[in-house]
Amino acid sequence: MSLSLFETLFGSLKTGNGFWNPIVWIIAIVIAFLIVYVIRGFGKKEYKKETEQVKSFLSGNKEYKKEQMHIKGSNVYWGFTESFKWLYNILRKMHTGNASDYVLWFVVIMGILFVLVAVI
Amino acid sequence: MNILEIIIEQSPPLIIAIPLLGAFLTPLISRLSGKARNVFVGIVIALTGFLIALLASDVFANGPRTYVFGAKNLALPVVRILFEVDSLSVFMAIVTFILAFVSLVYSWSFMNKENDGLDKYYTLILLLFTSTLGMELTGDIFNFFVFLEISCISSCALIAFYTGRGESVEAAFKYIVISSIGALFVLFAIGLLYSQYNALNIATLAHVIQYTFLDKIVLMLFIAVLGMKAGLVPMHMWLPDAYGEAPSSVTIIIIGATQASLYGVLRICFTLYGGMFQNVTINSFVIGWIILVLAIITILIGVIMALIQTDFRRLIAYAAVAEIGYIFLGVGVGLAVLSNPGLMEVGKTAMQGGVFHIINDSLDIGLLFLVAGAIYYTTKESSLDKMGGLARNMKYTTIFFVIGLLAVSGMPPMNGFASKLLIYESIYQLNPILSIIAILCSILLLATFVKVLHSAFLGPKLPKFDDVKEVPRSMLLAMGIIAAIIIFFGLFPEFVLNNLVKPAVDALVSNASYISKVLGVI
Repeated sequence: MSLSLFETLFGSLKTGNGFWNPIVWIIAIVIAFLIVYVIRGFGKKEYKKETEQVKSFLSGNKEYKKEQMHIKGSNVYWGFTESFKWLYNILRKMHTGNASDYVLWFVVIMGILFVLVAVI
Repeated sequence: MNILEIIIEQSPPLIIAIPLLGAFLTPLISRLSGKARNVFVGIVIALTGFLIALLASDVFANGPRTYVFGAKNLALPVVRILFEVDSLSVFMAIVTFILAFVSLVYSWSFMNKENDGLDKYYTLILLLFTSTLGMELTGDIFNFFVFLEISCISSCALIAFYTGRGESVEAAFKYIVISSIGALFVLFAIGLLYSQYNALNIATLAHVIQYTFLDKIVLMLFIAVLGMKAGLVPMHMWLPDAYGEAPSSVTIIIIGATQASLYGVLRICFTLYGGMFQNVTINSFVIGWIILVLAIITILIGVIMALIQTDFRRLIAYAAVAEIGYIFLGVGVGLAVLSNPGLMEVGKTAMQGGVFHIINDSLDIGLLFLVAGAIYYTTKESSLDKMGGLARNMKYTTIFFVIGLLAVSGMPPMNGFASKLLIYESIYQLNPILSIIAILCSILLLATFVKVLHSAFLGPKLPKFDDVKEVPRSMLLAMGIIAAIIIFFGLFPEFVLNNLVKPAVDALVSNASYISKVLGVI
C-alpha cells in the first residue's frame, strides 16, 4: 500500500512521447547549485562591504535620487514595444473601451461562426 | 442506508441549497455583528466544501450521480429538473470551492476597512458561489441558463462594489451589457433545441439530437457566448475591465464563474454534441480547428497586451486571457482529433492538459490577483510606474508573487508546467507551429511578470513606501493556501492527474455512460 502511494505521489507524468518528474528535476537543480557554489568558492575574496566597491558606478556621473534610479514598469522592454509599435497601434485601436464595440466584436465572431456552419 | 449514504444521496441539492440559504440569511446575521457574519459565511462555505468532498469521493468511486427535483414519472405534466453530477462536475465544484474559500479568508482582512455594504458583499459572494456550483452540477440546459443569469447579476454587483469609483461602475456596466446579450443568445439556443426535441435535459438531448442545420447554429451560439464569457479573443474585452476593477477578493471568485462558462463549452461540445465524433453531418475536426484558431489568437493577444500594461491588475487580467487560450488549445486538439482512432490518445492527452490547466490557471491567476490586492491594500497603488522596492517591506507577499510568476509562466517545477507540457506535446502531434507559438507565448508571459517583479518588488527602497508593512495574517494565509496547492500540484502532477483530471476527462470523452445513467433514471 505504502509503495503504491509512493509510486502514485512520485510517479512520472507521461506525456505521450516523454515524461516529466519534478522530483528528479529538483534533485538535478540542487546538484547544479552545489556545483555553482563550489565554483564560486574559487573566486576572489577581496570584496569588502561598506566601501566604495558597493557604490554604483555611473561613468563618473552624479547619482540620482532613489526614485529616479528605479526603472519604471512602462520603460521595461521599451525596445520591444517600440519595434512592435505597428502591432500595438492596431491592438490599441481594437481596445476602445466602448461597450458597443465589445458587442460588435461578439456579433462579428458569431457571424463568422454562422458562415462556417455552412462549411461543416 | 447509513447517515453518510443519506448525506451523499442528498448532497447535490444541498450543495446548492446551503450557500443559497446562507446568502439570504447573511444580511440578518450581519445585524448581530460583523464577526458573527464572517463566521457564519465561513461555516456555510466550509459545510458546502465538506459536501462537495463527500460527493466527489462517491462520484470518483461509483460513477455519475443523479438527483431529480420534482416527479420521477415523466408522464406527469410537472416541472422537474435533473442534477447530473459526474467526475467533471465535481472537479469543477472543487475548483470553485477552493477559490470561494480562499476569497473568504482573504476578505476577512482585505474588506475590513470597508465600513458599509459588507452584508451585501458577503450575500453576493455566496450567491455567486451558488450560481457557479449550479452551472457545474445541473444536467438541465435551461437550469444552466438560470444559474448563468444569477452568476452574471451577482458578478456585476460585486464588480461595482466600489461604487465611489467611476471605473468600477463602468466595468460593471460593460459586464452586464455583454453578459445580458450573451445570455439572451443562450436562451435563444435553448429555445431552438426545445422546439425540435421537446426536452431540456442535456443527456436526453444528447440521446435524441439529429445534428440538423439548426443544431449546428445552436452549437455555434453556445461556443460564441460561452467563449465570450470565458474570455476568448476578440470577445475578451470585458475581462480586463471587470478583473481589473473588482476588489481582488471578488476577482478570484469571478475567475471560478469564468471557468464555469468554460465548463459549459466542454459540456456542450463533448456531452450534448458528443455524438459528432461518430457523425458525418457535423465535422468535429473543423469545430476543433475553429477553437484552435481562436485559442492561439487568444494566447497571442493576451500575452502581447499584458506586456505593455502598467496597471498591475489589468496586466494580470490580460495574462488570464492568455491562460484561457491555453485551456482552449487543449480542448481544440481534443475536438479535432478524437474522431480519428489513430490520434485518440493524443486527443485524450490534450484534454487532460486542458482540464488540468483549468485548476492550475484558476490557482495561478488567483494568487497573482491576491498579491495585487495585497499591494493595493498597503500602498493604495495599482500602477507599476509608481511602485518599487516593495520586497524589502513585504517579504512574504514577494515570495507568493514569485511562486505565482513561475506557475503562470509554466516554469518547472510548478503546476503550470505540468499542464502546459501535456498541451505542448499533444498539439505538436497535430501542428508543430501552434506548439512553438504556445511555448514562445509562455516565455513572453514570463518576461511580462519579470517586469512586474522588477518594477514593483525589486530596486531601491522608495522613500514613500518607508511605512509600508506586510499585509494582515488572513491575507497571507489565503495566499499561502493557494501557494501550497500550487507547489503540491507542481511536485506531484501524476497524483493530481490520476485522481482528479483523468476521471474528469474520461467522463467528458465517453458521454455514453453519462447518457445511459440519466436515461435509466428517467
